[in-house]
Amino acid sequence: MKIYASIFCIILGGMLMAATGDFPDWGDAKSPANSHLSPYYLQNALHDAETPNVVTVVLGDYRGFDTMLETAVVLIAGLAVGIILRRDRDTDYIPEIEEPATKPGLVVQNTARLLLPPVLIFGLYVLAHGHHSPGGGFQAGVIFGAAFIFYSFAFGLTETENWFTERAQWLSIFLGVSLYGGIGLLCLALQRNFLDYGALAAIIPLGEPAVRSLAILGIEIGVALTVMGAMFSIYANLASSGYHEKAL
Amino acid sequence: MELFIAKYNYWVAIFLLLMGLHAIIVKKNLLKKIVALSIFQTAIMLFYVSIGVKTNASIPIIPHELAHGHGTIHPEHFTNPLPHVLMLTAIVVGVGIIGVALALLERIYEEYGTIEEDVLITALGEES
Repeated sequence: MKIYASIFCIILGGMLMAATGDFPDWGDAKSPANSHLSPYYLQNALHDAETPNVVTVVLGDYRGFDTMLETAVVLIAGLAVGIILRRDRDTDYIPEIEEPATKPGLVVQNTARLLLPPVLIFGLYVLAHGHHSPGGGFQAGVIFGAAFIFYSFAFGLTETENWFTERAQWLSIFLGVSLYGGIGLLCLALQRNFLDYGALAAIIPLGEPAVRSLAILGIEIGVALTVMGAMFSIYANLASSGYHEKAL
Repeated sequence: MELFIAKYNYWVAIFLLLMGLHAIIVKKNLLKKIVALSIFQTAIMLFYVSIGVKTNASIPIIPHELAHGHGTIHPEHFTNPLPHVLMLTAIVVGVGIIGVALALLERIYEEYGTIEEDVLITALGEES
């Protein structure tokens, strides 16, 4: 079995390596991938959406549909983990779960308490500054989620879920996707295509490029909410085998 | 040798890809299979991002002096933003995949007490 797998991998590797001969060289600015669509994005993104970060414009505006469904994928992943693992202690069979052997000490708890606000502010910075520097909704959502998971490491899952409740997690996930879809539908209601943010200029009198920039911020907030909720929900389900108690 | 230096990004991606693929086939532990899947995915991300690289180009963020109309934007001075966008979303989907895979793994372990593939197949065979 091992030998067959090795032979298969070596043959496949040989074929792929032979195929690299037809591929463009490293750093070739004239390669097919760099010559048709991406120059258009680079030259027009600033003019179209008043946003210097081209990645954000492509993510939020030119390829907005893709990103919306990507957010839906995160929602579905969170739902799937919940459906597979989530159980109630009252109704279902209870296997014995051990308490975590040691509670985190004073140093860990105080560090977590001190670090949580700066990390959350950094997440907000990454979210709001995604138009001018590397960053955006996905990254900010992961930072928020990581901050809550870190808090849960120090104080336990039960303590964290006292204020970031399961209800709040799901609300944040669904609110994020609805915010994204809602902005798209608003454009549809204003007689333009779905997710064509220029339509919002009829409501916000700023001119189309500036309105596009604002709409991108709106959808980034939606993405951040969804990713934040999904990250923490997946972690909470995995860490406690779906019981949401007695876990770090 | 010239071929290797001009296209070494593909060679790295192919090496990682095969490493992941080989581990997916050979390893018996399901958790190790998930790790291998993750390596496989990383190889594809590296491949995509390396396609967008241009020599002597900076990140795809237009500087302020160009933003205010001084000078024109030359696409060859900025990295291709498209692979970055595609991989940004792919990374998030990867997190979803790993999350669901780990959840399934946890259920399998609860049900059968093992995540070794060969033990699992024997247990399933006895059941039916």
